[in-house]
Amino acid sequence: MISAFFIFNQKGEVLISRLYRTDLKRSIADVFRIQVVSNSDVRSPIITLGSTSFFHVRVNNLYVVAVTKCNANAALVFEFCYRFTSIAKSYFGKVDEEAVKNNFVLIYELIDEIIDFGYPQNSETDTLKTYITTESIVSSNIAAEESSKITTQATGATSWRRGDVKYKKNEAFVDVVETVNLSMSAKGTVLRADVDGHILMRAYLSGTPECKFGLNDKLVIDKNDRSGGGDAVQLDDCTFHQCVRLDEFDSTRTISFVPPDGEFELMRYRSTSNVKLPLRIIPTVNEIGTTQVTYAVTVKANFNNKLSATNVVLRIPTPLNTTNVDCKVPIGKAKYQPAENVVVWKIPRLQGGQEVTFSGHAQLTSTTTRQVWARPPIDVDFQVLMFTSSGLIVRFLKVFEKSNYQSVKWVRYLTKASGSYQIRF
Amino acid sequence: MSSFRAPPRKGENFELAADLNSEYKDKRKDAIKRVIANMTVQKDVSGLFPDVLKNMQTDDLEQKKLVYLYLMNYAKTQPELVILAVNTFVKDTDDPNPLVRALAIRTMGCLRAEKIIDYLCDPLQKCLKDDNPYVRKTAALCVAKLYDLKPELVIENGFLEQLRDMIADSNPMVVANTVAALTDIHAAAVAAGVPRDQFPISTDIVNKLLVALNECSEWGRVAILNVLARYTAEDAGESEHICERVVPQFQHANASVVLSAIKVVMIHMRDISSENLSKTLIRKMAPPLVTLLSNPPEVQWVALRNINLLLQKRPDLLSNELRVFFCKYNDPLYVKVEKLDIMVRLASENNVDPLLSELKEYAQEVDVDFVRRSIKAIGQTAIKIDEAAERCVNVLLELIGTRVSYVVQEAVVVMKDIFRKYPSTYEGVIPTLCANLDELDEPEAKASLIWIIGEYAKKIDNADELLGIFVDTFTEESYPVQLQTLTAVVKLYLQKPESSQGLVQKVLNTATKDCDSPDVRDRAYIYWRLLSTDPGAAKAVVLAVRPPITLPRTTVSAVLLEELLGEIPLLASVYHKPAETFVGRGRIGADTVQQKKAELADDRIATQKALQTVAAGQQAENLLDFDDDVQGDGQPSGLAATTILAQTPAAANLLAGTSSNPLDDLVSIFGGANLNSTPAAPAPANGLGGFGFGASPLAPAAPSITPTALSPQPPQQPAQGGQDDLLGLF
Repeated sequence: MISAFFIFNQKGEVLISRLYRTDLKRSIADVFRIQVVSNSDVRSPIITLGSTSFFHVRVNNLYVVAVTKCNANAALVFEFCYRFTSIAKSYFGKVDEEAVKNNFVLIYELIDEIIDFGYPQNSETDTLKTYITTESIVSSNIAAEESSKITTQATGATSWRRGDVKYKKNEAFVDVVETVNLSMSAKGTVLRADVDGHILMRAYLSGTPECKFGLNDKLVIDKNDRSGGGDAVQLDDCTFHQCVRLDEFDSTRTISFVPPDGEFELMRYRSTSNVKLPLRIIPTVNEIGTTQVTYAVTVKANFNNKLSATNVVLRIPTPLNTTNVDCKVPIGKAKYQPAENVVVWKIPRLQGGQEVTFSGHAQLTSTTTRQVWARPPIDVDFQVLMFTSSGLIVRFLKVFEKSNYQSVKWVRYLTKASGSYQIRF
Repeated sequence: MSSFRAPPRKGENFELAADLNSEYKDKRKDAIKRVIANMTVQKDVSGLFPDVLKNMQTDDLEQKKLVYLYLMNYAKTQPELVILAVNTFVKDTDDPNPLVRALAIRTMGCLRAEKIIDYLCDPLQKCLKDDNPYVRKTAALCVAKLYDLKPELVIENGFLEQLRDMIADSNPMVVANTVAALTDIHAAAVAAGVPRDQFPISTDIVNKLLVALNECSEWGRVAILNVLARYTAEDAGESEHICERVVPQFQHANASVVLSAIKVVMIHMRDISSENLSKTLIRKMAPPLVTLLSNPPEVQWVALRNINLLLQKRPDLLSNELRVFFCKYNDPLYVKVEKLDIMVRLASENNVDPLLSELKEYAQEVDVDFVRRSIKAIGQTAIKIDEAAERCVNVLLELIGTRVSYVVQEAVVVMKDIFRKYPSTYEGVIPTLCANLDELDEPEAKASLIWIIGEYAKKIDNADELLGIFVDTFTEESYPVQLQTLTAVVKLYLQKPESSQGLVQKVLNTATKDCDSPDVRDRAYIYWRLLSTDPGAAKAVVLAVRPPITLPRTTVSAVLLEELLGEIPLLASVYHKPAETFVGRGRIGADTVQQKKAELADDRIATQKALQTVAAGQQAENLLDFDDDVQGDGQPSGLAATTILAQTPAAANLLAGTSSNPLDDLVSIFGGANLNSTPAAPAPANGLGGFGFGASPLAPAAPSITPTALSPQPPQQPAQGGQDDLLGLF
């Protein structure tokens, strides 16, 4: 399994190095630096040299690297690298060179705990935080009792939850966050439109609550009551947090679980049918001769006019030899960014039903190359609150606990796109 | 001795030593942190060993962990001093705090100093029976660590039996770690050649694991699923039971759990006779596989490589899901390349139109490598789906119209394959291709165009002029182009003898006299003799009908495919290569590959040959292995590695298995034909050998002085099948 774990900065300096097995030397880090960090043309996340395989993931300005010498489980190694970054993020905010340097003792403590002999162990942030803290723990006889509680939790059937959680007010927040993936052809036909949904939950519930969760999806409804199938959403697939009882979902389609304390991702789903596209983009781009390009890009908000899209950012590509772009917009700000060869049009708020048009005029320098402009797609980022592209609605969230307390539940919906809403022209 | 190497009385280490012995707690702790920081950047702080050791006995858990971290690093270099730490370790394993107990046993297993091992057994014995599951799970892995160091000790102390008993532990995490430890020991034992199975899996164990599966952590699930994959079910009923219990794991959020579950189901599905059940299982597999594509790119890539394998086994698996594999503009290249490959696999008559417009879009992107692959994919689609061939050709023509050099060149290469698959169907495009003659500067593109000209020499009016251009620059061209030119001119001569007499004379002369490649020269001699002795035979050989090409449904042999499916999210399945080829057992590994191949009588010989080459190549790479004996500096091995390994970036590595290049087909046919004909018709093969041997020493002399021994026999009929292919292809 994982023989060594490293973190490198962009220059290839070792920030963290931990060997789990003796089949490697610490100097293996130099090999990675030479082969990957200083190699500008790396075309695979796994590099095998001789019998040593390097798995690397780039996070901000860091390389998170796991090294193995065996036929390791590739999916597991990458999942682990990402898990490490998410743990690190929840411990010290952002994961970058500075944070790693400032917290290296903590990181050593963490990676010592979450991998043993190359096998990943408990990696639930909530549990880890009980015994790996930023302040030092003094182990005395009084703490011993506490730590046996911790260890039972770290190994128990609900390793993600402490038993003695207490809140004055019992609340649960459910966020349904949908990311829309769209690629639309130049002719305006939808090549691909689907929704990646995440259901995030923040549970502030006392004791060991037993939750049941229901959606208006067909997966659930078809089995339970056939009458409610009218506005049902068809989900192609869903995956659950490890607290959800998969066998129960498999047999009766009910989502039941004991939630971890605090924030976690309860469920992920995918839907491809009846995807509502919140923004419709109609681009008209004309190349006039070899020195000019004219743009008319219309954005139409295709949803109820009580709602609005916020943080709308359109990135409209320009040819590589553009010198300047005149931009005219009725709303927001548009600016040509020469470094990225795009015009960035930022609209802070767009009401439902509204329609706005960007018109632009790009001046090009004359070039000698014959290479035609590749016309990368227009990329749109946005957020629409209280709107789901798939039409998914949370039907119910029931909380059962021994003490039978009342709990308050809040549900929020958000549809967004970042880097995946692409329109060709 | 040590006094010579004693650190200078000043400098950082000296200061650190002073701080480590400070009377203030905070100062000492801070010094330890600085020592660890220095250790990370590979400064030598081993000289501080005794000073650090003094700080081991402490109530501060964090400080203890830091000291342990230091110990793990330097225990090997300071074995005499480690012994001083033993006492504290043993004492810690009796600590009332389970975290401390676990920490001590975990660290002791990592120290790897001979002297400390003897002290490890008793505490380990104790910890394996600890009340606290956290300690037990740590101790379970410690057995694997011990086995790695000194297997005898594990066996003597009966730790193995104890581990096997722990599979029945009430705590699922302990079960998971026990299973992981046993699997590790099993793997180590197999590698060391221990004949006894160290981890036999019984029905009883499987049932216990199936219970634990639903309760343990995600990583534990992977460990358990791996064991389930190794188990051979007693009957179909049991296989069905395992599949049913594993299927819910498809819904797990962790990709490695999903893929491991798919592996288990793929393995146990082999024994399921009910057609309906396997269909249901396959149907349930599809959505989770697609969902894997919303993971981060690295995980996506692993998933895509595995989907590629699964599709080779079950082409119907994702038949309606083509669109999810469309590339996003900002996907990393390695993801795009895999998606392309899968898109071609999923291509069918129903979805070919959106596919082609997508591929055309990709062919206009910026990355040259990706553009080429997209064009190749268009060609593969044309070859795969007869009905779509014409549409593909039209797309290719449009692309040629862009006149971007590498696009045109790749399109020409692809057109050659389309001509081979559909002879005399698309002759109309030949003028367009020939119009771009000047654009071509890559050997493969040139060779392809020359092949097309030679093949259709009869129908191209100015074929002699076109080929003449290449004959004029013959000696400047690369060898593949020379070979193609030679063959094309001979083809032209056989079809239009009147107009190309001079050309063939010229090319044969140049090839035999001025060319320094033995292949080109020998082929020229063969043609020359064929033409001078029996033009009829020459026609039969050179203008023979070639076997049609098809798109291989699999890129690996059937047996290897089964083996790889059993290793689903592992590196082997990502590389599409058996583990022995990249995991360092050096020569032995490669040998076993060959042995295994030798057993497969039904396997296609061509594939076998290809595999052996892969294995041989890997063997060469293994020589560069970072040997443990290399001293600590590592620099030389790293630097030495760069020069040679630079040619083998992993990407190239990966693609060795997937023969997207149609020329590979030629090679395999070549190899296959050769091997097939040798035992069947030894006589003509000898005859050919005679040519080769005889011709070489005669090289400077004119071929007309033919010694009797060499009197060229016309190729005999029985061998025709094999050799026709071999020569006619060029």
